[in-house]
Amino acid sequence: MRPRHVVMTLYLLFLMVPIYWLVNMSLKTNQEINSGMTLWPHAITFDNYIRIFTDPSWYGGYLNSLSYVAINTVLSIGLALPAAYAFSRYSFIGDKHLFFWLLSNRMAPPAVFALPFFNLYSAVGLFDTPWAVALAHCLFNVPLAVWILEGFMSGVPREIDETAAIDGYSFPRFFVKIFMPLIASGIGVAAFFCFMFSWVELLLARTLTSVDAKPIAATMTRTVSAAGMDWGLLAAAGVLTIVPGALVIWFVRNYIAKGFALGRV
Amino acid sequence: MTLILESVTKRVGPETHIRDVSLALPKGSLNVLLGQTLAGKTTLMRLMAGLEAPSEGRILADGKDVTGLPVQRRNVAMVYQQFINYPSLSVYENIASPMRVAGVARAEIEARVQEAAALLRLAPYLKRKPLELSGGQQQRTAIARALCKRADLVLMDEPLANLDYKLREELREELPRIFAATGAIFVYATTEPAEALMLGGRTATLHQGRVTQVGPTPDVYRRPDDLITAKVFSDPPLNTLSVLKAGGRVTLPTGGQVRATGTLATVPDGAYTIGFRAHHLALDPLPVEAIALPATVSVAEITGSESFVHIDAGESRLIALVAGVRRLEPGTAVTAWLDPRHALVFDAAGRTAAFDLPAAA
Repeated sequence: MRPRHVVMTLYLLFLMVPIYWLVNMSLKTNQEINSGMTLWPHAITFDNYIRIFTDPSWYGGYLNSLSYVAINTVLSIGLALPAAYAFSRYSFIGDKHLFFWLLSNRMAPPAVFALPFFNLYSAVGLFDTPWAVALAHCLFNVPLAVWILEGFMSGVPREIDETAAIDGYSFPRFFVKIFMPLIASGIGVAAFFCFMFSWVELLLARTLTSVDAKPIAATMTRTVSAAGMDWGLLAAAGVLTIVPGALVIWFVRNYIAKGFALGRV
Repeated sequence: MTLILESVTKRVGPETHIRDVSLALPKGSLNVLLGQTLAGKTTLMRLMAGLEAPSEGRILADGKDVTGLPVQRRNVAMVYQQFINYPSLSVYENIASPMRVAGVARAEIEARVQEAAALLRLAPYLKRKPLELSGGQQQRTAIARALCKRADLVLMDEPLANLDYKLREELREELPRIFAATGAIFVYATTEPAEALMLGGRTATLHQGRVTQVGPTPDVYRRPDDLITAKVFSDPPLNTLSVLKAGGRVTLPTGGQVRATGTLATVPDGAYTIGFRAHHLALDPLPVEAIALPATVSVAEITGSESFVHIDAGESRLIALVAGVRRLEPGTAVTAWLDPRHALVFDAAGRTAAFDLPAAA
């Protein structure tokens, strides 16, 4: 190995250590975890995973999380597509200010909104439903999706819109048949960012749910039995929480960089 | 279809892009819009297409007012300077797209696409995506789409400007022929006078949003109504000199007087601007009585068969077109010869006072 590879290898090892340790723990028994440090599981067990996939209070947490994440992603992209198109193609009074203001929404910490959302949703009966969390997350994801999509849309020449109009396409037909395929990678990236935010966000998701729509992260933090912490089970849940993000990232890996630049590369 | 524009004006914010334009484009006609960049050619075409609505005035198609009618409901086709196709569709689907929207029968679409593809030599590439083609092929795809649609009005906005020389020559020859067969109104915007002359038909010259003259292309070229039209219709730029005519003699800005001959003989006494194109200025003595202008060479551009020699005569920069390769060092003193029969004479207001006389006269 050449010297210049050493640093990179060390860095990668450094990054992988916590993930390895999580997987390592998830395959151990609690007895092994508590009895001292072992670099790999001496008695491999899948009991932790089996428990998660069979106990409704555990897999229910994943289903709850996935349902509000899915609702949020669909809502955010659905709302952001027309908004981004308007910002990209038309000029109207205050468009630039409005566009910037959208992003400034993201600069507030989610905690600021926890209290008003809690009170509002309790009043209208949305509390403890996936919709509560999905709608709350829209506050952060719609602006981000608008910014990302606007960048990708502005990369499509306006003449394509006009050519489609001249060819006789009605606007909805043009948008779905011609325009959306052209910005498909942008839609993918925007959906990924919505997914990731909604998937990892804990504070709002915890505050706005109690029993029925409890997200997986909340399930994990509330699971302390009389016998003490169930380390192996928590580690297995942690591993399963990483998996969806890793899967989604795989699909948009070629466009991520452009997404981080809000579609403006 | 006959398209009529009635005093059309287009304002965008405080700027006026098109100023009181009236035009009549008969069915099956070939019309050239000639003007420099930003003269308003594209805006005028967008108004004709219905992509934009005029601020004032009306647009009539076959006598029916279509001013506010959206572009989807007008039967027009447009080809842009940039190669605009649908990148996600194959070449075949690109050409078929307007017919698919219009609900043309499948067999008919197939026949028309194959016909257009053969005409524009796209047949081997129908399955490819537009971005896998060369620039010329991409533009031919856009042209094929416009052709297949059988539109009443075909608008081409500098369609050949981004193509290489050889292809431009070919397509410029083919385009009017291809579209003449369809009976459509053909409108072609260009910045190049030579292109307008090669296309023929009728030309409307545009300058700062105004149509300065409309007429058969050679007429507009040889008998411009005013100095602006003559300048728009000259490449290299029109040579101009301010002269003073008094009592049969003409005072030149380079000093010296000459006898008023050629077109200058036909105008009354007064101050004039004379305009003449590069090929009417020679660096060798002419066989006729010519106006001699002492000058110094500034630059000589050699194109091969011809050379453009930029010369300074007094305060004026003039361009002479001479045959063959002429090596002239900058600073060389030369005498330029102007054939007065070809001088356009403009009065103080810029209106034409005397035309280029026919060569035989």
